[in-house]
Amino acid sequence: MRTHAHTTRTAWLIVAGLVAFMLLLAGCGSSDDDSGGGNELQKVGKGEGEVNLVNWGGYAEPAWTKPFEQKTGCKVNSKVAGTSDEMVSLMRSGQYDGVSASGNATARLVDGNDVDPVNVDLVPNYETIFADLKDQPYNTFDGVNYGIPHGRGANLLMWNPDDVKPAPTSWDVILDPKKAAEYKGKISAYDDPIYIADAAVYLKAHQPDLGIESPYELNEEQFEAATDLLKEQRPFVGEYWSDLTKQISAFANGDSEVGTTWQYQYFALQEEGKPVAASPASQGFLPSEGATGWSDTWMISNQAKNPNCMYMWMDWIVSPKVNAEAAEVFGEAPSQSLACDHTADKNFCTKYHADNPGFWKRVYYWETPLADCGNGSSDCKDYNDWVQAWTTIKG
Amino acid sequence: MGHRLAGLFNGRPRLQVGALLAGPLGWLVVGYLGSLFVLLIAAFWTVDPLSGELVQSLSFENFEILFDEPVYRDIVGRTVLIAALVTLTDAVLAFPIAFYMAKVASRRGKAILVVAVLLPLWSSYLVKVLSWRTMLSSDGIINWALEPFGLHGPGYGNTAVWLVMSYLWLPYMVLPIYAGLERIPNSLISASEDLGASPFTTFRRVILPLSFPAVVAGSIFTFALTLGDYITPRLVSNNQFIGNVIFNNISNNLPLASALALVPIVVMIAYLLVARKLGAFEHI
Repeated sequence: MRTHAHTTRTAWLIVAGLVAFMLLLAGCGSSDDDSGGGNELQKVGKGEGEVNLVNWGGYAEPAWTKPFEQKTGCKVNSKVAGTSDEMVSLMRSGQYDGVSASGNATARLVDGNDVDPVNVDLVPNYETIFADLKDQPYNTFDGVNYGIPHGRGANLLMWNPDDVKPAPTSWDVILDPKKAAEYKGKISAYDDPIYIADAAVYLKAHQPDLGIESPYELNEEQFEAATDLLKEQRPFVGEYWSDLTKQISAFANGDSEVGTTWQYQYFALQEEGKPVAASPASQGFLPSEGATGWSDTWMISNQAKNPNCMYMWMDWIVSPKVNAEAAEVFGEAPSQSLACDHTADKNFCTKYHADNPGFWKRVYYWETPLADCGNGSSDCKDYNDWVQAWTTIKG
Repeated sequence: MGHRLAGLFNGRPRLQVGALLAGPLGWLVVGYLGSLFVLLIAAFWTVDPLSGELVQSLSFENFEILFDEPVYRDIVGRTVLIAALVTLTDAVLAFPIAFYMAKVASRRGKAILVVAVLLPLWSSYLVKVLSWRTMLSSDGIINWALEPFGLHGPGYGNTAVWLVMSYLWLPYMVLPIYAGLERIPNSLISASEDLGASPFTTFRRVILPLSFPAVVAGSIFTFALTLGDYITPRLVSNNQFIGNVIFNNISNNLPLASALALVPIVVMIAYLLVARKLGAFEHI
């Protein structure tokens, strides 16, 4: 009987411990309220000695972080993220000073009170940034600037010219079920809810009666048409990729022959000597419908411990020489208009349409889908719906 | 100081045990079970659609989604089916190996086989899955080897997941069965033969019943490991398993991810209850 009483006591102790732990946790939760935005810096002071960044791969390379450290005394600690979702959760941890957010993360960061407005007067190089990148819906909210543009690019249609003939001029090669059937099992698609926007761009051109304006503001009917199209595409997709090395290996092995990609993989495969092609200059580098793309913004955390260093970094990364270097390493158009004089390839800015607003009119930068359609009504599908739909599409 | 401390513990066995166990038990309860508990509670919360922040009030919305959307039933069904197939495959493959190791092989042979079974565990999980990815690709070695016979490998898909998982978790099945068979005295086998039983009858009536709890113990590993894995499905198929959907929702909709995480827990509890009935825990 003694042992029995003993066990019961132990069990009660465990329960008591658990309850105490829960209470402790609940206590922490309620004292963790955000102070809210509005505390933007008025003057850049002395650096704090370091700056902690969340960024895309290739955005904080030693070639330009080392000179920055020497000049400002701010040591750069870079954390590379692979997707926008990852960036948002890293920023919510409160451990970082700033982030190079794409448009499908910026609104979430602003709404979640994770970032502060940016005082652009404290970033001297902001003035010469391309005008069509300033005050855009993905970096400016209610007329308040929340970040400094870094650069932009379009998602490409890439194919293997040995297998895909004639060269496609439209996304229909992977999105029109009749044409896609020809490449069954060889199609490569981006594995992220934001890929639904690619279908919306296609439908905007091919089914004008749906009345799609922005591929990120879709009402019930438009959204259903886009997801249905992707469900039809599903059996023909050989591989969904979100990790770029996976896509590079699939194209190199012949498992994938045509699909959507980034400049980075296209360059990497070319360097390996693999047969790949993408829409040529004569077609404006884009399939006839246009394409989705991204425009990245440096934002500052509202819990930034090193705001002075972060401001210095934001000015540094858009300074003409550094912005040119960063753009060339990643393969995207620089945001700084003066960067074009500093690129190693003198034609770089022309090739990437840095100063060609007409080209970018056909590129739909990633945005966070919100219920608010932007025209006063709020019957659009929000990002949560997009994530659920993406699960259903993949099945 | 040291003296006084020793004096404090002297003659107080309860205190001695308590001090010894405080660390590990504290970790188990707070760090291990506590975090699990928080996870389960999050399943009853929701996410504010605009700010993406957690709304900490009781709601069954996530469970309704899981039950109402047929896609989640498909995903759970697929995951459990593959886990069952992997378990069955590993049991069939592991039993002869374990039997040879326990009852037939010489001392040296036994040591070599144990090392051979353990060897794959020394290399990284990712390296193993990625090499399977290369082997299964359309220009890979499997298709190359099958081509002369006019055959074609499975390519990426459910079959590939089944193959790779069966490969990955085989050692976790071999070792418990080996340990179980080792415990069967050889004299029982001799006695069965002396009483006129054929080798098959001996296997069926003596060896199998005595080693079955070990097979069930091994199956807990293979089943649970397959149920929770999400990297292999991602690399060698396009299909979603429970883990993939949890991963996709974790940063955006933690409550839904938590609700999904409950599914393998419930499946595993049911499985463990059956395993206990079958005597898998008798020798632990």
